[in-house]
Amino acid sequence: MDSTVLNDSLNPKKKVTAYIKPFIPAMILVCTVKFAGSLAELFLPTLLSDMVDEIAPAKDVPRMILYGVIMIICSVIALVGNICANRMASKIASKITRNVRHDVYEKTVSLSCGKADEFTAPTLISRLTSDTYNVHNMLLMVQRLGVRAPILVIGGVILASFLDGMLTLILVVLMPVVFVTVFLISRRGVKLYDKVQKGADDMVSMLREHMDGIRVIKALSKSDYERQRFAAINENINKSDRKAGIITSLTSPAMTLLLNFGLSLVILAGAYRVQAGSTEQGVIIAFLSYFTIILNAMMMINRLFMQLSKGIASAKRLDEVLESDSEPDFVLGDKIDSPYHISFENVTFSYLKTRNNIENLSFGLKKGETLGIIGATGSGKSTIINLLLRFYSPDKGCIRIDGEDIRSVPRQRLYKMFGSALQTDFLMSDTIYNNIDFMRGVGEENVVAGARSALADGFIRDKTDGYMHKLDVKAANLSGGQKQRLLIARALASHPDILVLDDSCGGLDYKTDSLLRANLAENYADCTKVIVAQRISTVKNADIIIVMDDGKVVDMGSHKHLMENCELYRDTAKAQMEL
Amino acid sequence: MNGIPAKKGQSGVEKLPSKRRKAVLYRLWLYLREMKMPLIFIGIVVVASNLLGLVGPKLTEPAINVIKPGNVDLPQVFYYFKLMLVCYLASALLSLVQSVSMTTVSKRITFNIRRDLFNRLSRFPVKFFDTHQSGEIISTMSYDVDTVSASLSTDLIQICTAAITVTGSFIMMLMISRVLVLVFVVTIPISIIFSRWRAKKVRPLFRERSGKLGEMNGFAEESIGGLRTIKAYNREKQFISRFEEKNKAAVDAYYNADYAACLNGPSVNFINNISLALVSLFGVLLYLYDPEVMTPGAISAFVLYSRKFSGPINEITNIYSEIQSALAAGERVFRLMDEPLEKPDEPDAVTSPVVFGEVEFEHVKFGYTEDKTIIHDLNIKVKPGSVIAIVGPTGAGKTTIVNLLMRFYDVNEGSIKVDGVDIRDRSRKVLRQAFTMVLQDTWLFGGSVYENIAYGSEGVTEEQVRQAAKAAKINGFIESLPEGYSTMLTDNGANISKGQKQLLTIARAMLPRSVILILDEATSNVDTRTEAQISDAMCALMKGKTCFVIAHRLSTIRNADLILVVKDGDIVESGRHEELLELGGAYAEMYYSQYN
Repeated sequence: MDSTVLNDSLNPKKKVTAYIKPFIPAMILVCTVKFAGSLAELFLPTLLSDMVDEIAPAKDVPRMILYGVIMIICSVIALVGNICANRMASKIASKITRNVRHDVYEKTVSLSCGKADEFTAPTLISRLTSDTYNVHNMLLMVQRLGVRAPILVIGGVILASFLDGMLTLILVVLMPVVFVTVFLISRRGVKLYDKVQKGADDMVSMLREHMDGIRVIKALSKSDYERQRFAAINENINKSDRKAGIITSLTSPAMTLLLNFGLSLVILAGAYRVQAGSTEQGVIIAFLSYFTIILNAMMMINRLFMQLSKGIASAKRLDEVLESDSEPDFVLGDKIDSPYHISFENVTFSYLKTRNNIENLSFGLKKGETLGIIGATGSGKSTIINLLLRFYSPDKGCIRIDGEDIRSVPRQRLYKMFGSALQTDFLMSDTIYNNIDFMRGVGEENVVAGARSALADGFIRDKTDGYMHKLDVKAANLSGGQKQRLLIARALASHPDILVLDDSCGGLDYKTDSLLRANLAENYADCTKVIVAQRISTVKNADIIIVMDDGKVVDMGSHKHLMENCELYRDTAKAQMEL
Repeated sequence: MNGIPAKKGQSGVEKLPSKRRKAVLYRLWLYLREMKMPLIFIGIVVVASNLLGLVGPKLTEPAINVIKPGNVDLPQVFYYFKLMLVCYLASALLSLVQSVSMTTVSKRITFNIRRDLFNRLSRFPVKFFDTHQSGEIISTMSYDVDTVSASLSTDLIQICTAAITVTGSFIMMLMISRVLVLVFVVTIPISIIFSRWRAKKVRPLFRERSGKLGEMNGFAEESIGGLRTIKAYNREKQFISRFEEKNKAAVDAYYNADYAACLNGPSVNFINNISLALVSLFGVLLYLYDPEVMTPGAISAFVLYSRKFSGPINEITNIYSEIQSALAAGERVFRLMDEPLEKPDEPDAVTSPVVFGEVEFEHVKFGYTEDKTIIHDLNIKVKPGSVIAIVGPTGAGKTTIVNLLMRFYDVNEGSIKVDGVDIRDRSRKVLRQAFTMVLQDTWLFGGSVYENIAYGSEGVTEEQVRQAAKAAKINGFIESLPEGYSTMLTDNGANISKGQKQLLTIARAMLPRSVILILDEATSNVDTRTEAQISDAMCALMKGKTCFVIAHRLSTIRNADLILVVKDGDIVESGRHEELLELGGAYAEMYYSQYN
């Protein structure tokens, strides 16, 4: 951007970790409560050992009952502590997730079109949905198991070492071995599951394809071939799934074996220690209990690990969105006196900055005039619209509305001037009314007026509940032509200064198309119109028609001028009118 | 795939009535039965490995008992130590064998279920696909099958293990001390009743959680698809606040479910800890009462067994809900598998190919649903080689004729004859071979450009494919691609434009030799100039064939031998261009509106 950025983006760049930071004190509290709860649980075996070794031989029944009561109290503390901590953790995870999700959505909506193209819509959607969900799960797991499991492991080791330092050595040596084994297995497992995921993606896209093309497949009697195609994909998933499943199922026997091995060693070593008089029988019993607790905690850590690696991968993907630049609202630009409502001045633009998609385009459009843009599919018609709507900014040159460089107009004011029906039709699963109004609050009168001019009023009123009719997902309950008319109605409802119709009339039959043009001329005479079309009849009466071919402007002028001077235009007209 | 989490089996899924549950179990049993031998083997291994696991703690009892202060029988301890090692090692090996073979078996069953599902799916009538959302079918074939198979591989084993461990530990505990076991007679029912009560409470909350998450995901998907429109109307703030509503609802539902579920684990743990405390207390009391009845080693072994015993009981809540969701998923899987297939060809169906392309509609009556007939009584006779244009406003139902001709749908009354034979009396394959279709919805699959063009015409030469592409004016484009004809098309051809996709499908249509051609707005996505360029090829394609053309190009329509005017699904007018103009009806109105 060559000019100064006036307002920094609304939402500063933040990583997911930055959302977690404010909650760290609360998380510490959770940990403390959890700590207390887990600790209480840990004391149980020690109490048991005391009972067997000291109180039992002393036959001190009251003290024994006291110990029993203490054990029960410890259990209660463990219960209350764990429940409270888990609930607090849930609250924290929810809050963080909500904030992250909000900001990811906000950032997504404010990305520049170029940036959004880079991400592509499907990945943006999956980031918002599955990735935020994974992060949520991770936050929960980490708070719950992340404290509990290490406390059980470390606390278990410490308490065990109070019981008998030498025996603890067995634990200390064994644990890293267990840990490394589990770590290696899970790392391999995660890698293999990536492959499984890929196989599943292949299957989903093949199925989608199959269902989309069912008519073609049946018409060409290719069902057998499709079955073979599916069998190959199925076989592939089976193979990788099996491999991943086997690798991950190694963890549990390996861990159990190692820990049971340790357990046996404790008994053996314990025997020698008792022999030497340095430890007691009850200690060995308690030690064995700690072993079991530690074993279970290690299993938890293993699960935590899997969740963590999934969550971190998702958080990274979210960071990519959160850290990208949002589009600035406006930048400094000049304003000149101009006789034109819309003007392009030597505009050059390229999407990929390699080949120019638009080169040196200049034209001026007075208030109420119509610009028609015509050309083949992929000839760059929509590029002009994309530039006019500031979805992209020109590399060279300048676009002005009422003499003002559009880059310097704040978005709020800029887009208020426009009413646009774009190619990517976007209809919400909401009422027809809300789809036309599009959260602008234009009023019922204007909604109906827009629908009338767009020739949508008729079919809307035919619906059982008229304007309050709810559209299906992707407006599947409307035909292509009906969808286009709703989009045009939306564009017209605010009675905009500038009307943009990007190939919006293709789905309309000739009669509807011509009626629409008549309505526009009559009711929207003061509105400057930019109409992209494939049919010449749609743009024939425009004040200026731009003829595009292969990313270049071939010619520009009135219908009459073009019929006389532009061969491409003449050919097209002839082919279409063919009389 | 998006919105996945909402679809996955949560612990709060619906519970099936027992009759349907039995049906699902029976169907699963049929799949399991195919794997009888491996399963029996696994069963033996599971029993053996768990029994060995149970013996381990039992060995600790004598081992500890011989460790008497001041009088340790070291050779004995050593003996038990070696015995324990052998037991544990054997147990680990067996459990390894068990997981490897169970994984293999369950994945094989998954494979078989998927294979059967797709084999059925590919034989469903078109109507099925017209009335079902592909998302639903996909989620059944991927997530539901996965849920079932995960449950097969883990839950089955877990149930076996649990059963063996629980009974085994129970017997062991009984052997050690009958009195101490009484503690569990009190605590176990409490924990089971508690778990079931909680499960009932938590289930609706989990359902709510999936629902809200699904709504939020849906909103995200919808609005991100319309990012530019949101920008063009500067509605970012409104969408953000709408999203925030959904976000809040989803997060709150998650929290509520979690809040309630939080109680379960620690509570069950609590009950276990209490039983542990009680066991220790009574154990020591017994020891004090009479050291003959209870030894320290016995207490230790009893505690170890009681931990083993309560482990599976803790898991019961989890396993129970997992099985519930697996059953629900299984039901969806088998419901899909049981959808009716396309009616098979008659056994005496005519298998000789269509040679002339004469088509006759006799008193055809048809409606997509029983209650709404849209074609009332259609009678037309089409001579071989003639052109029939079907016109009418968008959404009027022009494709219905195509659906009937191709036998994607069958007529309710009357008949359609091709070459004098009722289309229902001819084998579908032969009938459909008589047709070539170019549809408005271009369809390409994830294969190379070459495969896409040659799709449906086996044994064509490379040269023929090239010729077809040339005729469809797409050869130049294909050759400009980095890998030419080998370029892979991804996601229904997302990497090429709409117009180019259509040209590819036109090229595909150039290859087969058929006698009837269906063009359903075949050039709607092609720009006019290219359309003009391929018009020669289209003419060549149409030559000598009976053609059904759905189009808005006047020139095509005007020269048609017969024009059918469709309105609201029904055919309101039919005849030649001049006749229809004279009639002054719907067609005339449409025609003149183009020239106002």
